[in-house]
Amino acid sequence: MYKLSLCEIRDGLLKKEFSSVEITKCFLDRIDRYKNINAYITICHEQAIKSAEESDKRISSGDARTMEGIPIGIKDLFVTKGIRTTSGSKMLENFIPPYESTVTQKLIDAGSVFLGKTNMDEFAMGSSNSTSYYGKVLNPWKIQEKLVPGGSSGGSAAAVAGHLCAAATGSDTGGSIRQPAAFTGIVGLKPTYGRCSRFGMIAMASSLDQAGVLTKTVQDSAAFLKVIAGYDEKDSTSVKKEVPDYESFVKKSIKGMKIGIPKEFRVNGMSEDIEKCWRKGANILKEAGAEVIDVSLPYAKYALPVYYIIQPAEASANLARYDGVRYGFRASGKTLDEMYENTREQGFGDEVKRRIMIGTYVLSAGYFDAYYMKALKVQKLIRQNFHDVFEKVDALLTPTTPTSAFSLENEPKDPVTMYLNDIFTVTANIAGVPGMSVPMGLDSEEKPLGLQLIAPHFREDLLIQIGSILELNANFPTLKEIL
Amino acid sequence: MYIETSTGNWEVVIGLEIHAQIISNSKLFSSASTKFGANPNENVSYIDAALPGVLPVINSYCVDQAIKTGLGLNATVNNISFFDRKNYFYADLPQGYQITQFFHPIVSGGYIDLEKEDGTLHRINLERIHIEQDAGKSIHDQSPTKSFIDLNRAGVALMEIVTKPDMRSAEEVTLFLQKLRSILRYLKTCDGNMDEGSMRADVNISLHRPGTPYGTRAEIKNVNSIKFMAIAVNYEIERQINILENGGEVEQETRLFDSVRGITKTMRSKEDAQDYRYFPEPDLPPLILEQSRIDAIKNTIPELPDAKARRLQKEYDLPKYDTTLISEEIEIADFYESALKSINSGSNEVAKLLANWLLGDLFALLNKNNKNITESNISAQNLAELIILIKDNVISGKIAKEVIELMWNEKKSAKEIVEEKGLKQITSPEEIKISLKEVLEEHKDKVLEYKSGKDKLFGFFVGQAMKKTKGKANPKILNDILKELLSE
Repeated sequence: MYKLSLCEIRDGLLKKEFSSVEITKCFLDRIDRYKNINAYITICHEQAIKSAEESDKRISSGDARTMEGIPIGIKDLFVTKGIRTTSGSKMLENFIPPYESTVTQKLIDAGSVFLGKTNMDEFAMGSSNSTSYYGKVLNPWKIQEKLVPGGSSGGSAAAVAGHLCAAATGSDTGGSIRQPAAFTGIVGLKPTYGRCSRFGMIAMASSLDQAGVLTKTVQDSAAFLKVIAGYDEKDSTSVKKEVPDYESFVKKSIKGMKIGIPKEFRVNGMSEDIEKCWRKGANILKEAGAEVIDVSLPYAKYALPVYYIIQPAEASANLARYDGVRYGFRASGKTLDEMYENTREQGFGDEVKRRIMIGTYVLSAGYFDAYYMKALKVQKLIRQNFHDVFEKVDALLTPTTPTSAFSLENEPKDPVTMYLNDIFTVTANIAGVPGMSVPMGLDSEEKPLGLQLIAPHFREDLLIQIGSILELNANFPTLKEIL
Repeated sequence: MYIETSTGNWEVVIGLEIHAQIISNSKLFSSASTKFGANPNENVSYIDAALPGVLPVINSYCVDQAIKTGLGLNATVNNISFFDRKNYFYADLPQGYQITQFFHPIVSGGYIDLEKEDGTLHRINLERIHIEQDAGKSIHDQSPTKSFIDLNRAGVALMEIVTKPDMRSAEEVTLFLQKLRSILRYLKTCDGNMDEGSMRADVNISLHRPGTPYGTRAEIKNVNSIKFMAIAVNYEIERQINILENGGEVEQETRLFDSVRGITKTMRSKEDAQDYRYFPEPDLPPLILEQSRIDAIKNTIPELPDAKARRLQKEYDLPKYDTTLISEEIEIADFYESALKSINSGSNEVAKLLANWLLGDLFALLNKNNKNITESNISAQNLAELIILIKDNVISGKIAKEVIELMWNEKKSAKEIVEEKGLKQITSPEEIKISLKEVLEEHKDKVLEYKSGKDKLFGFFVGQAMKKTKGKANPKILNDILKELLSE
C-alpha cells in the first residue's frame, strides 16, 4: 500500500479500498521503522491520526476535498502552527510557530494529512543534507553504501523515495528540490518564481526561494502543485495568474514540440553515464514526435557564481533576525553585542556562518558594486538568454546533476566542490523559470540519475506534459524496498 | 548672511533630515495599529516581530500619504521607486534590517519658501522624500540590569524628508521646521509633534569661509523640539568657530544634543560609522504609481498656508501680521474661516474685527487656560455670534470683553450671556437723553465750567452717564446727544 503514488492513494481512498487512518498508520510505522534514514525532524503521530480520522469521516460522507486523507511530509521550513518548525537549525530547536504558512494552509484546506516535518540542510543551505543540526539523512537507495539524498530538501526526497509518505513539499533556491529528487530517483518540481506563496516559508534567498513538490510520479506533482500554487496577498512577489488543471497535461502528446539541448550544460569531465542518460531522454522525446535541437545559453555558465553572490547576500540579511532577542535559541552574554555573538556563534552551523560572511562581504561598502550589482547585471543577461531561447524552443532538456549521489564518506570537503552540485539547476532559479527533475535511469553503479526540464515562466504545464512522456518511456526501476 | 569674527567672515551651512511619522491607522508593512499610548508590545503583529517566514505587504494608504506630502512640498512624485534593506543589529530592530528607500525614493526634489523679516523669500530646496519603517524602542531605565523592548513603534511608517544644505542660521532652521510642520498638518500626513517623537530632525552643520568649499560637517541627533533645535544649532556653530579659529579641524562625527545642559557631545566618530550594506529588498516588488493615482491625490491637496495667507490678505485686505498668524495652523485657519462664514457679512471691517477678537481676546483666553484652538470653550459659531452682536451695535466693544470672558467660563453663547445679564446696549435716544439730563442736573457747576471753555469735562459727563447706564449706552448716540444738550 505504501508504494502507491499520491494519485493512486487518492483514488483508493475515494473507492474506499483502504482508509486514511490505515494508510497514515502504515506510513507512521515505516517512519518509525526506518528511523536510521532520519528523514523526519518532527513526527506528528497523534495529529496525523486525528486528521486522518477527520478525513475518513469526510470521505464517508462524500465531502472529500482534493487531497483528502493523503499522508504527506512537510519540509521543515514551512511554518506550521503549533508544530515545531526548525529549518534544520539549532537556532529554532524549540520554535513552535503561532501561525500557518500559506502553502501548508492550502494543504490543510485540501484535506491532506501531515505525517511530520522533514529533515533539511540548515536554513536550506547545502546539497547533501549534511548541514542539518538534526543529523544527516540517508538516501534510501543502496542503504548500506550510505549515500547522501542530496539537499537541501533531502529529508523530503528520502521520505518520498523510501515510501515514508505519499509525497512531500520542498523548497528550491538553487536546486534544493531537483537535485535531491535526481539523487533519490523521484520527481521534483520547482515552479516559476511567484507561482506559490512564500508566506510562512523560512526565507533563505527571497528573490530565488520557491516552494515546490517531491513526488513519486509526474502526475502526482501535477495534482500536488495544483493545490499549493496561486497568488497570495500576503506575498507581494507571488503572481496573480490562474492555476491551470495541471493533471490534464499528463501524457498529452508532445508531437511537433521543440526541445532544446543547451550546449553549455555539456561540462568538462561529465561522466559517460550522464551523457548516456541525456541521450536517452532526447531519444524518447524524438520518438514521441518532438524536434530536438541544439541551443545556446551563452551566459548560463555564470549562473553559479551569480547565485553564490545573490543568495548569500540575501541570506545574510534574512538570517539577521535570529538574534536571540525575541524567540529561538539565546546564549547569554554580558552585553547586547556579546549576547548576539554567542547566540549566533552557537546557534548557527558552519555552512550558515560561511554564507552569512560571504553575503556580508559582498554587500559591504567598496565591494557592493563589484559583486552584488555586477551579479544583478549578469542575472539580467541570463534572463535575456532564456527569453531568447524560448523564442526557438518550448522547453530545455539537461541533466539535473553532474554526478549521481555520492556517499557520505566521499562527500566533498571543500564547499566550492559541493556548490558545483547545483551547476545545472541553479540557472532556472537565476532566471526565475520552472524546472523539473524526472528519474531517467541508473548509472553504472546502479544509482539513480535524473534529467531536468526547464520551461518558460508559468509553463509548468509544459514540464508536466513533457515530463510525463519522459517518465512513461524511461522505464525507471522505482525503489521497491529499502535494503 | 555671515558671522563676523576678528578673523573674518564665516558662513554656516545647514541641512536637515526630518523623520516624519505618517498619519495612518496601521503600520507600513503590517495591519497592526499605530495608536499612541498603548501598553508596551500591544500593537505588534507577527510581521513587526519578524517571526520566521513572514513577509511585508505595503500599506497603500501610507504610500498615498507620501505622495500627498511630496505634492504639497512642490516635489516630483516618481512613477517607479524601490525598497531597500538597511542592515544593522539592534535589539529594537526585529528584522535586523530596516526597510527603506535608499537608491530610488518615491519623491525627488521639492522646496519650501521661507519669508525673511524684510519680506524677501528664501527657498530651501529638498533633496528627496522616502518612506521607511520605524524601529521599536529600547527602554534602559527601568532596571539596573535589564533593558526592555517595546515594539509598538516597530514598523510604523515614516517619511524621511532630506533638505539640501540651504539653511544658513538657527533662525532659518526654526522657520523651516515651523513651515514644514505647518504644511504637514495642513496635509494631515504627519501630526508634527516633536515632543511625542512623531517628527524628529537630525541636523548637519558645517562652517566655511565664504567662497571656499564647504567645511567638514557634524551631525546632531536627538533634538526633540524646535526651541531646542535653535539652541543646539547655535551651540554647534559656536563650538565649530572655536575649533576653527584655534587652528583645529572639525571632525566628521555624530553628536548628541543634551537638552538639560544645552550642549552637543560626541556620540560616534566617523571611524565608528556603520556600514549599512544597503541592497534591494527582495520581498517587495517595485512601487509603481500610475499617473492617475498621483493626479487623484493632487486633487485632494487643500489650500496650503502661504496660499491661504495671500488669499485672506487679498480678499479682506487683512494685514500680513494677521494672515500669517491665522494661516500658520490649519485649525486656527479653519476656525477663522468657519466663523467668518457664519457671520456672512462680506465686509473687510468685519473680517478685521473677527481677526482682532480671535488673535487678541480668544488667544489670550486659550493661553491663560493652556488650551489649543481645538479645545476652545468658545466655538467658531459662538465667536461669530459675538462679532455679529458687536457689528450690529447690540453690545459695545467694552461690554463684549466682559461677554467673551463669561462665554468662556460659563460655556454659553454670546446671545445667552447678553440676554441673561441684560447687557444689551441702550440705543434708544430717549432713554439715553434721560440719563444724560440727570447727569447734567447733578453737576450744574461742571456744566457752567464746561460752557466757560473747559472742554475736557465732556469726557467726565460721558463717564458719569455710562456709569448710570452700567456701560450699556451706545457711545456714539450718547456722544451725539450730549453734544446737543450742552450746546443748548
